[in-house]
Amino acid sequence: MKIASHDDFPILSTKVRGKPLIYLDNAATTQKPRRVIDAIRSYYETINSNVHRGVHHLSELATKEYELARTKAARFIGAPDAREIVFVRGATEAINLVAQSWGRAHVGAGDEILISAMEHHSNIVPWQMLCQEKGATLRVIPINDAGELILEEFEKLLTARTKIVAVAHVSNALGTINPVKRIIETAKRRGVPVLVDGAQAAPHVKVDVRDLGCDFYAFSGHKVYGPTGIGVLWGRLPLLEAMPPYQGGGEMILSVTFEKTVYNKVPHKFEAGTPHIEGVIGLGAALDAVTEIGLDAVAAHERDLLEYGTKTLLAIPGLRLIGTAREKAAVLSFVIEGIHPHDIGTILDQEGIAIRTGHHCAQPVMERFGVPATARASFGLYNTRAEIDALGAALRKVREVFA
Amino acid sequence: MSELDDLYQEVILDHYKRPRNFGVIDAPDRRAEGDNPLCGDRFILTLKMRGDVIEEVRFKGAGCAISTASASIMTESVKGRPRAEAEALFDKFHTMVTSGGAAEDLGKLAAFAGVGEFPIRVKCATLAWHTLKAALEGTQDTVSTE
Repeated sequence: MKIASHDDFPILSTKVRGKPLIYLDNAATTQKPRRVIDAIRSYYETINSNVHRGVHHLSELATKEYELARTKAARFIGAPDAREIVFVRGATEAINLVAQSWGRAHVGAGDEILISAMEHHSNIVPWQMLCQEKGATLRVIPINDAGELILEEFEKLLTARTKIVAVAHVSNALGTINPVKRIIETAKRRGVPVLVDGAQAAPHVKVDVRDLGCDFYAFSGHKVYGPTGIGVLWGRLPLLEAMPPYQGGGEMILSVTFEKTVYNKVPHKFEAGTPHIEGVIGLGAALDAVTEIGLDAVAAHERDLLEYGTKTLLAIPGLRLIGTAREKAAVLSFVIEGIHPHDIGTILDQEGIAIRTGHHCAQPVMERFGVPATARASFGLYNTRAEIDALGAALRKVREVFA
Repeated sequence: MSELDDLYQEVILDHYKRPRNFGVIDAPDRRAEGDNPLCGDRFILTLKMRGDVIEEVRFKGAGCAISTASASIMTESVKGRPRAEAEALFDKFHTMVTSGGAAEDLGKLAAFAGVGEFPIRVKCATLAWHTLKAALEGTQDTVSTE
C-alpha cells in the first residue's frame, strides 16, 4: 500500500550504489514531487520577476502566484487570515523571529521560558540566546522513558514568571506526538502564550491552529515535500501587528527618510528583502499535493508503516527502540547493541537505503536515553511495506558484519 | 559488498570488539580529548612520556567501529616510538585515508586504506590521531574532526 506513486517523485527512480534508492530519511527532508519541481521551473521560465513593486505584467503575475501560495499556506494550517502567514527560511528562522521580536519586547530579567526535553536545537538555542541577553531562565519539561512529556511536571513548571511556552508538536528524534492542545489549554488558562514548533508535524498530522488555540506555529517547507529555504511562521494577527520588525530592508517598509521609516503592514513587515519567490511558489505546489492526497489518508498510511516498521525492527535481535510513545508519527529511532549507529548507516547506504544517524540536533534527548546517537528511519507518503522489508533484511546484514 | 568488506576488515572489527590499551593512565604526562558530537564519538587519550618517547598510551570512550579500531590500532602503533616518528606515521596514515596514499610500512594501519572510499568516514578514522597530536602539543581544547 502506498498513497503516492514513486513515479511522481523523479529522484525515487534513481539508483544509489547500483541499488534502487530506498529513502527513509524523511524527518530530515522529504523528496519533491514532479509538480513542485515543475512549478519552480515554470516560474523561472514564464513569470520570473520581483514581487510587490513592478507595474509590469510579469511582476503582477509573480505577485499573484506568491500571494496565492500564502492563501494556500493559511488554508493548510487552518489560519483564519492569510495576513497571519509570514514567509521565512524555515521553522528555525520562524522561532528566531518570535524570540527576537516578540521575545525581546516581552521577556525580562527573572522571567522564565518553558520548553521541553525533546526539543530540536532550533527550539532551544533561540530561547537560550534570549535568556542570556535578558537575564531570563530556560525551564525544561521532562520526559518519561517512553519519550512522552510528563504533564504533571509541566503544570508545576508553569508559574507567574513563565512568559512563553515553546514546544514541538512532533519530536524529530523520538517521533512522539505531543498533546499540544492540552498544553495550550493549560498555558492559556494562565494567560501564557504558546509557540508550537510544527516542523515534524506539518507533513504527518492535520494542523488546525484555530482548534489548537496556540499563538504561534512554525513549519518548514522542505519537510512537507516543498523546497528548502522556505517556511512559515503563523501568528495571531494582533500579536504580529504589535511586534517590532525582525529585520530591516526593502519590502518591509512603506516609506523611508533618514529621519524616520514607516513600516509596512503584516506580513510584509516581517519579510525584509526580495523573498524566496520560487520557494514560496514551490511550497504552494507541495501543499496542494499533500492536500489533494489528504492528511487523513497520509496519517493512516504512515500509521500502517509505523506499525509494520515497529514489528519489523523489534524482530531484529539486540535492537532497542528509542521513543515508544503511545502517540507517534512514523519515526523509528533505534540502537543495536554493540553496533554504533554510524556503522549501521554506512552499511545500509551500501544497500541503497538512506537513514539518518547521529544526535538529530537533539543532544539533550540522546543524553536522556543514555545513548551517544541513534539510527533513525522516518517514513513519508511514498514509502511502502516492501521498503521496510528491505530495511529489515539490511539490518540483519549489519548484524552479520558485526557477528 | 566488496567496498564494505574493505571498510570493515577483520582486524578493524577485532579491535572494535576488543580494543587494546583501553583505559586511562593514572597521573598521565599528557592528556587530550577528542569529540565528534554529530556522530556521537568521544575519546580521552592519556600518555606517559619518557623524554621524547611515548612510553605508554591509553584511550577510553565510545565511538563507531572505525573510530574505535583506529584509536586502538593507533595506540599499538605509536607505543614506544619517539614523538617525531608518531607524527610522521600520522602524516602517512592521513595521506592514505584522504588521498589514497601508499599503505606500505603502515603495518596494521593499512587496514584503514578502505576508508578512502567512504569520505564521510575519514573523520572517524582520524579522530584519535588528531587527539594524539593535540596531546603531544599540549593543546587544551577538545579536538573534533567534524
